[in-house]
Amino acid sequence: MKTHVIVFPGSNCDRDVAVAIQNIIGSSPEMVWHKDTTINQSDLIVVPGGFSYGDYLRCGAMASTSPIMKSVIENANKGVPVMGICNGFQILIESGLLQGALMRNSSLSFICRDIIIKPANTKTIFTNKSTISKMPIAHNEGNYFANSNQIKEIEDNDQIAFQYCDENGDINAYSNPNGSINNIAGVFNKSKNVLGMMPHPERAAESIHGCDDGRNIFESLLS
Amino acid sequence: MTSSNWHFDTEKSLVESHGLKLDEFEKIVEGLGREPNLTELGIFSAMWNEHCSYKSSKYWLKKLPTSGKRVIQGPGENAGVIDIDDGDVAVFKMESHNHPSFLEPYQGAATGVGGILRDVFTMGARPVANMNALRFGDPNHPKTKHLVSGVVGGIGGYGNCIGIPTVGGEVNFHPSYNGNILVNAMTVGIAKKDKIFYSAAAGIGNPVVYVGSKTGRDGIHGATMASAEFDDDSEEKKPTVQVGDPFTEKLLLEACLELMKEDAIIAIQDMGAAGLTSSSIEMASKGNVGIDINLSKVPMRAANMTAYELMLSESQERMLMVIQPKKEELARSIFKKWDLEFEVIGEVTDTKKLILHMDGEEQASIPINILVEDAPEYQRDYIVNDPSPLISFESKDFEDKDILSDLLKMISHPNLCSRQWIWEQYDHMVMADTVVRPGSDAAVVRVHGTNKGIAISTDCSPTYCRHNSYEGGKHAVVETWRNIVASGAEPIAITDCMNFGNPEKPEIMGQFVECIRGMGEACSKLNYPVISGNVSLYNETNGEGIYPTPAIGGVGLIRDLSNTMTIDLKNEGNVLCLIGESNNHLGNSHYLSIIQSREDGGTPSINLDDELKNGKFILDCVAKKLLKSVHDVSEGGVLVAIAEMCISGKQGIKIDITKDFLHGFFFGEDQARYLVEVSQNKLEQLEVDASKSAVKIERIGEIGGTSISINSIGEVELSSLIDHHTKWFNEF
Repeated sequence: MKTHVIVFPGSNCDRDVAVAIQNIIGSSPEMVWHKDTTINQSDLIVVPGGFSYGDYLRCGAMASTSPIMKSVIENANKGVPVMGICNGFQILIESGLLQGALMRNSSLSFICRDIIIKPANTKTIFTNKSTISKMPIAHNEGNYFANSNQIKEIEDNDQIAFQYCDENGDINAYSNPNGSINNIAGVFNKSKNVLGMMPHPERAAESIHGCDDGRNIFESLLS
Repeated sequence: MTSSNWHFDTEKSLVESHGLKLDEFEKIVEGLGREPNLTELGIFSAMWNEHCSYKSSKYWLKKLPTSGKRVIQGPGENAGVIDIDDGDVAVFKMESHNHPSFLEPYQGAATGVGGILRDVFTMGARPVANMNALRFGDPNHPKTKHLVSGVVGGIGGYGNCIGIPTVGGEVNFHPSYNGNILVNAMTVGIAKKDKIFYSAAAGIGNPVVYVGSKTGRDGIHGATMASAEFDDDSEEKKPTVQVGDPFTEKLLLEACLELMKEDAIIAIQDMGAAGLTSSSIEMASKGNVGIDINLSKVPMRAANMTAYELMLSESQERMLMVIQPKKEELARSIFKKWDLEFEVIGEVTDTKKLILHMDGEEQASIPINILVEDAPEYQRDYIVNDPSPLISFESKDFEDKDILSDLLKMISHPNLCSRQWIWEQYDHMVMADTVVRPGSDAAVVRVHGTNKGIAISTDCSPTYCRHNSYEGGKHAVVETWRNIVASGAEPIAITDCMNFGNPEKPEIMGQFVECIRGMGEACSKLNYPVISGNVSLYNETNGEGIYPTPAIGGVGLIRDLSNTMTIDLKNEGNVLCLIGESNNHLGNSHYLSIIQSREDGGTPSINLDDELKNGKFILDCVAKKLLKSVHDVSEGGVLVAIAEMCISGKQGIKIDITKDFLHGFFFGEDQARYLVEVSQNKLEQLEVDASKSAVKIERIGEIGGTSISINSIGEVELSSLIDHHTKWFNEF
C-alpha cells in the first residue's frame, strides 16, 4: 500500500501518524512537503494534525491554499482515500472537501483527554473494522457545526463517520467534549473516500499508549 | 563610592536606571579605561544584572555537586546532558519566567516555555517533554484567577502549537506569592551522544550567523527588569515582556535540527535573556575569541532601530551560530525552506573583544573578559534564622471520628485537589511517546523508537523551606528522587530553579545558603547531581519576599518500560502496604494548614540513609516484578496518598490497622515512605525481602469495593472522593 503524509509548516503529528502507518500498514509513508505540487499514485493520503501556519487567521485556512492541496483535491476527486486528523480535518473543511465548520470548543479551552467514539457507518473503507473505540482528542477548535440543511444531507447520505458517546455507546450531552452538533466527531464526503475526524487514532495505536483502538481505522483500510 | 563624589560625565540616574550600582559603574570605567557610551552601558547592564551574571549566587552554586558517572555536561552550557545508554543522551534544564508572567501571564508563561525549549534544541536535542512548576498567591486573591488562567493558557498555547507534550508539573497556592507568582518551565530533549552542540565560538574569520525571527523593540531590558523588585507601579514595566510565536519556533526547531544533521555548525547559542548581547558574548567568551558584528545586517522588524535597541531587544525565536564557511549556502537554503531569516551579521576575530558597527561607525568595543570574568561577584552577608521549633502532637488533641470528613476537606483543597483541569489544557500526548500521563508521581516518556523511557518530576515544598531552609532544600531534591523511584526509574540528575527574594537582605541570603546546603547534601548522598539550573532573585513586591522556593526537576531512566509503575490501584484482592517509618510528624503539614489554618510545628527532617535504603528497596522490588502500583507518600500524608491511588484506579480499599494516634498516622508527613500494591501471592516474599533489607513494612488493607473504609471509623464512597477531588478547579 502506497501512502503519503502531507507536511505543512506547523504540522506536528506528521511523525506520529507515519509511525502508526509503518506499524499497522507495514510500509512507511512518503512525507510530502506542502510546497510540492503533485502526488502520483497513492492508496492513502493523510493530512496530519498540528498547528499548520500556527493556526493563524483561522485553523486550516492558510494550509488549505498551500500548493500541494490542489493535488490532494484532485486525488480525492479521483477516489483516492484521504484522511484528515484534527488540524487535518480543519484543513479538509477549509479546502471544501468536507462540509461543515469546526468552531472553538464550547468550554473555550484546549482539551486533551481520552474520549469514546462510535462509528455511524461501518460500510466504508475507513470504518469496516470500527467498533466503539477509545482514543485521545487534543484540540481547541473541534466543535463541529453544520446548518440544518447540511445536517440533513449528511445524515441522509450516511456521511457521519463517528459520534462521541459514553462507555455503553450512548450518544448524549455528557459524552460530548466540545459542543459538536449531534456529537459529531468525524464526517465523510459524499463518496466516503474522504474522512475528517478530530480524535487521534495514531495516539491510540500501540499498547504503550494505554489503548490501541485507533488501529482499527488503519486496519479497515488494509481490508 | 558614595554619591557625593560622583565625578563622571555619565548621569548618575542613567546608571541607576540601568540597574547598575555606582561602584559597578566605576568598575566598568576602570576596565574600559574610559566611560562607556550608551550602547556599552546597556550591554554592561544586560550582562551584569543578577539574572545573567549570577553575581549573588555564583559563589554558593559552586558548592553543589555537578559531576557523576552519567554526566556529560554540567552547568554552564545552554542545558545539562546525561548519558542514557546506547549512545543516547537526555538534555534538560529548568528556567524561571516569574517577573514577566506576573506582569503579563499569557505571554510571560508562553515565552518561558519558548526560551527553555530553545535552550534544549540549541544543544542538538529534539525536545520530547515539557514540565513546569507553578506557584500562585492565595486562591481568593483578586488577581489569582486571572494569573492562573493566563499562565496555563500561555504554557498550553506555546507547547501545544510547537507540538512538544507538556507531561506534568506542580501547582501550589500560598499568600506569599500574591505579589510574585513563580513560573518555572522545564524541557527534556533527546540527542545522540556524538551529536551534541556547544556554544564556544571558534575559527578566526568564520561567519557569525543570525537565524530565526526579525528583531523588534520588544523585551528591551527584560533581564534587568527580572533582576529588580516589584512595587505598586510595576504595571508600567509590561512593555519589557516579550511576545511569543510558537509557530516560528517550530520552524526554527525543525530548521536547526535539519542543519545539525550536516557538518555545518561550529557553535550555536539561543538568544534568550539579553538577546544578541548575551548570546554573542557567551559564544566569544567560551571560545576565548572576539566577535565583530555589523548591526546594520541584523534583520529588523521596526524601522530606525538603534544599536542600543538591537543589542538589548529580547525578541523571541532567534539563534546565533558560527558556521563552517563552506556550508554557508547549504545552511541558507535550509532556513529559506523554512521561511526563516538567515543573515551573516559578523565574524569571529582574534581581538577577544566584542566590536559593534552600524552604518559604518563603531558603536561599541568592549574586551570580553571585562564583561564576563570581571563581572561582579558578591559574597553577600547572610543570617541563618533558627528553624521553626518542632511541636509534638498527641492523640488527645484530635477527634478520630472526623478523619474521613477531614480527608474530604483536604483532597478538595486547592493545594491537594486534582490538577486535571490544568493538564487537560496541555497536549500531553503529541509525539505519541507519553507512557505515564500527568497525575502520577512522575511523567514517563518513551525514548522514541526504543523500549526505554525517561521519568521526570518537578517538586518543592516552600513551606518546609520557609520554616527550615536546610531540611527544605534536602526535601525538594529528595521528593523528586522519590517520585522517580516510584515510577520505577533510576534517578540520574536534576536541574534546579532557585526562586528567592532580595539577596541584599541577610535573612533571604541565609535562606538561599541553607537551601543550597541541604540540596547539596541530598544530591551527594543520592548520587543525583545538579547538571543545569537558573536563579531568580528579587521575587519581592513592596519589600515582601516570597517563600524560599528551590524548585527541582529530576530525571531518571527506565531501561525496560514494562517496569514502569503508576499510582492507580490495579486489582481487587491485592494488598496495600506502607514502606518506611511513620512517626506522626504533623508539623507544617497540609493537615495543619488546611484543617486548622496553622503553619507551625516544624519541617520534617530527612534521613538520607533511610531515603536511599527505602528507594533502593522499591527499585529492587520493581525489578523482581513484585509490585502492581507505587505511590510516594508526601503532601497530605498516608490517607491522602491512599485516596489518590483509589481515585486514580477507581478501586476502593478496606483499611484495617490499629494505631494509637490515627490523625498522626494518616496525615503525618514523615519522609522516605511509599505505598505499594502487591498481589496476595507475592505478599510474603515482599515482607521477607523487606525484613532482609531492614526496611519497615506494614499492611494497610485490602483493595476492593467502592469506598475507602477504615475499621472502627467508617467509610466514604469513591464517587464522593472523586467529586471532592475535582470540584475546585472545575468551578474555578
